[in-house]
Amino acid sequence: MELMINGDRRTVPAVETVAGLLAALDLDPRAVVVELNRTIIRRPTVADTPVVEGDQVEIVHFVGGG
Amino acid sequence: MLQIGGKDFESRLLVGTGKYRTNDEMVRAIAASGADVVTVAVRRVNLDRRDEGGILHHLDSARYFLLANTAGCYSADEAIRYARLAREAGFNEFVKLEVIGDQETLLPDVAGLLEATTVLAKEGFKVMAYTNDDLVMALRLEAAGAVAVMPLASPIGSGLGLLNPYFIRTIKRRLHVPVIVDAGVGTASDACLVMEQGVDGILMNTAIAEAADAVGMAKAMRLGVEAGRAAFLAGRMPRREVAVPSTPASGMLS
Repeated sequence: MELMINGDRRTVPAVETVAGLLAALDLDPRAVVVELNRTIIRRPTVADTPVVEGDQVEIVHFVGGG
Repeated sequence: MLQIGGKDFESRLLVGTGKYRTNDEMVRAIAASGADVVTVAVRRVNLDRRDEGGILHHLDSARYFLLANTAGCYSADEAIRYARLAREAGFNEFVKLEVIGDQETLLPDVAGLLEATTVLAKEGFKVMAYTNDDLVMALRLEAAGAVAVMPLASPIGSGLGLLNPYFIRTIKRRLHVPVIVDAGVGTASDACLVMEQGVDGILMNTAIAEAADAVGMAKAMRLGVEAGRAAFLAGRMPRREVAVPSTPASGMLS
């Protein structure tokens, strides 16, 4: 399926949920925060939040900063 | 003891985690600084270069209080979005709020900052607002619900030191919430001078990270902050335009 992830169009294995997408991308759900179509996905709901073709996904984490 | 938004911290030195040459140097420098509060930033995960990892692999979140910033945001809406993302990561409700208004100087957009502070404070965030050394804006940020106001000593990453001690002193005198000077110190004497103005603390990043020996500078900054705080509490002697001898003038040989 095709998604816009972090500003880039990407083809990923077909997944049904945000949790599935993170697993497909090999990301630890405890280490990232996901915004789906500009809505922040609460951590406890990643397994229940559907992802569909064309969704806009932002996946962020913490980096060094002042 | 430094208290911000109902939370107690031992150290009055707060440090950033950017610009270090290596993660190992960062970890050792932060330990040498004695800081309790450590700032981090929210950025996109780089899906193509997985080796860089997040900063949290390197910081002991049991030892340090992680303070998310909104560095690099140029509007209130953007800063609010970053603050909400940071809170979802689940450390705490504190945010170091930056809304930058000018790319060359990185000076704050105080109109956007006030707007974002108002919105986030209503959402329950504990906002620590990075602002310029302007008393009126500091008062407005406090009234909008900021738990700390963070005026700059000089522009971010400039190392120019404390440009306006009078304004910083005035802000400290007039505010009830803690005043943490954020940005601009270059070396330990700058940190000492800032603390001598009576402010509650200092946040710095570049001065430590870009020093030739970051760990050594972190230690120097810790001592500078402690010395400045101690000197402020001790109360300095008055400045005089004339000399006054330290040694008795009487008892001299005739």
